[in-house]
Amino acid sequence: MEILMAFVIGILFMSATYLMLSKSLLRIIVGTGLLSHGAHMLILTMGGLKRGAAPLLGEHASSYSDPIPQALILTAIVISFGVTAFFLVLAYRAYQELGTDNMDRMRGTEGND
Amino acid sequence: MSLLHLAIISPFLLAILVPFAYKLFRQIHTGWFILPLPILLFSYFISYLSITSNQQSVTKSFSWIPSLGIDFTAKVDGLGLLFSLLITGIGALVVLYSIYYLDKNKEQLNTFYVYLLLFMGAMLGVVLSDNLLVLYTFWEFTSFSSFLLIGYWYHREKSRYGAQKSMIITVFGGLSMLAGIILLYLMTGTFSITEIIAQSNEIFTNPLFVPALLCILLGAFTKSAQFPFHIWLPDAMEAPTPVSAYLHSATMVKAGIYLVARMSPVFAEHSLWLWLVAGFGIVTLFWGSFSAVKQTDLKAILAFSTVSQLGMIMSLLGIGAAALHFETVEDSYFTVATTAAVFHLINHATFKGSLFMVAGIVDHETGTRDIRKLGGLMNFMPITFTLAIIGTFAMAGLPPFNGFLSKEMFFTGMVRVLEMDIFNLDTWGVLFPVLAWVASVFTFIYSMVLVFKTFTGKFQPEKLEKKPHEAPLGMLISPIVLASLVIIIGFFPNIISNTLISPAQASIMPPAEGYMYDAHIYFWHGFTPELFMTLGVITVGILLFATLPKWRKVYDMFPEKLALNRFYDGMLEVSQRASFNLTRLYMNGFIRTYLVYIFTFFIVALAATLFIKDAFKFDTSNVAPIHYAEVLLALGIAAASITILFVKSRMTSIILLGAVGYTVSLFFVIFRAPDLALTQLVIETISVSLFLLAFYHLPKLRHEERIRFKMTNALISVGVGAVVTMIALSAHSNKMFDSIAQYYVENTYKEAAGKNMVNVILVDFRGFDTMFEITVLGIAALGIFAMIKLRLEGGKKNENK
Repeated sequence: MEILMAFVIGILFMSATYLMLSKSLLRIIVGTGLLSHGAHMLILTMGGLKRGAAPLLGEHASSYSDPIPQALILTAIVISFGVTAFFLVLAYRAYQELGTDNMDRMRGTEGND
Repeated sequence: MSLLHLAIISPFLLAILVPFAYKLFRQIHTGWFILPLPILLFSYFISYLSITSNQQSVTKSFSWIPSLGIDFTAKVDGLGLLFSLLITGIGALVVLYSIYYLDKNKEQLNTFYVYLLLFMGAMLGVVLSDNLLVLYTFWEFTSFSSFLLIGYWYHREKSRYGAQKSMIITVFGGLSMLAGIILLYLMTGTFSITEIIAQSNEIFTNPLFVPALLCILLGAFTKSAQFPFHIWLPDAMEAPTPVSAYLHSATMVKAGIYLVARMSPVFAEHSLWLWLVAGFGIVTLFWGSFSAVKQTDLKAILAFSTVSQLGMIMSLLGIGAAALHFETVEDSYFTVATTAAVFHLINHATFKGSLFMVAGIVDHETGTRDIRKLGGLMNFMPITFTLAIIGTFAMAGLPPFNGFLSKEMFFTGMVRVLEMDIFNLDTWGVLFPVLAWVASVFTFIYSMVLVFKTFTGKFQPEKLEKKPHEAPLGMLISPIVLASLVIIIGFFPNIISNTLISPAQASIMPPAEGYMYDAHIYFWHGFTPELFMTLGVITVGILLFATLPKWRKVYDMFPEKLALNRFYDGMLEVSQRASFNLTRLYMNGFIRTYLVYIFTFFIVALAATLFIKDAFKFDTSNVAPIHYAEVLLALGIAAASITILFVKSRMTSIILLGAVGYTVSLFFVIFRAPDLALTQLVIETISVSLFLLAFYHLPKLRHEERIRFKMTNALISVGVGAVVTMIALSAHSNKMFDSIAQYYVENTYKEAAGKNMVNVILVDFRGFDTMFEITVLGIAALGIFAMIKLRLEGGKKNENK
């Protein structure tokens, strides 16, 4: 399973990189979204995907999934959400002010960069 | 802190008080407040003469940074004292001269004297420090204060150019000297010059010895304006004349000479030292005197003359090092060169100082320094004329002035090179006397040009801005004192031989125990080769001077393009343009380019590490089994993420991103992570709505198009994906130890009274993370609020200005 997941994560990273190299600001943000999904999955996979009960003591199982990567991912999800939201509003404002979402055209004027 | 330390830093202390004196006593020329200090210091240093005359030294230490071995150790020996007397003595005369030279109503006197005092203190520090790092500190202080003084009239472009040029060149040399000091420290473990000299025999074979030698010499050559670093000195003539007289003839340019002399006991046994010091010196001597003849500005002539005389002293110091290779240092046969170097050092300071002051007087009283406009001033300025005669004749090496004696000794030293049979001197050594003689002829010519073109010939009143007249007495005192020294030393050279010259020589070449140098200077050598050389110089010099207009065209033959100044300017411009173009080349302002750099570096660095370290490992023993549902989900997420790359509409890509997010959430369900699944579901929903909010309500984008396919982008993204996959596989196959999860499983209820392990970790075991994650959300929320609410009206206008 981990091997399959490694390839899935690789595909997510690949798509994210390709999107981030494009000109459209929206696509760049979509790319960062994909990248954070990839990173979260990577943390989970690297923690080990051995079958066990969900990390709830009430289950009275003999083995549990590793709770630490889950806690880490939860933190990461919230932070990436905060950053994405900020980034999105920034893009929205940039579009409002500059009238473009083409990154190539968002440049300082000559002598002002 | 001893009195000696106080003497060194007293100029700095006085510099603090100068602006107060300037503001409080506007009627009195600020220079009068400065004048007592150098006089006091001069008399203080005179009191050391009795100690150094016996070739003894005084050392006083003051702790500065003891943990790094940096102590402010002041050492007064023959060489240090000689320089201290020059600095304070000429310093006093220059201050006196400047009082009459600078107008108290027109000039910013406070800055002038602050800079001058900074310089004086720094110079004293250079010559009296025994600790190399302290010496370096003061050394940079001299560069810095010299920069300020050259740029004193900062509204003139040439002053700024000259100041910048001298700064660049001397700081370049200073940094190289610092490197040399550090190399010496690595070899000997100490910064103290005395201790380094004591270890000089042991470091002689050290591989760092030659680099240290080269670095130190580079510092000395740049400071002392040796070829080809002499180019800053003529441009430094934009400084006020008292500054030129003080810094650029008597003191700062001799700091390099001082350094060479001071480090001679460490390095002089090496053949490279002899060849470099003597070779660069003699070339500088020749080039400086040759170039001086074609100048038309009085101060430019004097600048090139200083360059050439410094080269002469330098070459003498280099040749003097040869004495160390023979049985006994006491054999004064070859040490005569060192004696001559010290003697000429004193002589040069006296006559060059007075000549600069004379040039300043001429400038001050006629309004020009151009010798083509000057002439026939003899009748207007008889005293200045007399002073000029004394100075120039001493410079040309004519009897009975002191320059004659040192030039004779110079020839003696150079002729004796022929008898040395070391370091190939028997083959190439003949160049030294020949170059020395030719350079002396040129020296004679420019000296005569200096005095006769200015003071004799036709008087041209129509070209002068002012009606010339004799200078005020106050301005004449300093050059008169210096010129009388020229004559006194000329007639009675031996009054300084045992008090100043021999002790200095003993510092440059430490003699064996109990030996005392006896630098007796004879006026009459008998009919020696030197005498005939001098006669030849005078004869040929007079002939060439008389026919100067005829052969002056020789100078036009030298193409302007090969001039060193052109080279320097070109180098500055090329380096500026090259770095500008280089930066433009890779900093092109497109975010894609920078991302390409970052990703490429990421791929190359990680893939190379994997490959070089042979880290890639593929191990299937530890993997979990695969179920159909998971394969389906994996295929779905892969398909969705790849489809995003090809869709045209932005809306579709947002929806596909949502699909990926929900699939991730399903993965979390399968992998037994309920909290993650919940959070992911909610957050994905909000994110997608935010995406839609942000872009749905905007006016429709004019034309939506697919991402244009670019091969580099595709390659880089495939590379990133492959590297991540490889690292993931390799990391998973290389598990080093088990998880620490067992602790949490056991203690979640026992210690923290909870059953949801993830939640207990988040708020109990690792609650700090959560606190700052909350902070992140808070900041993001405030940031978004601010971005939407704050609209600075003026912002747009200012930007377009």
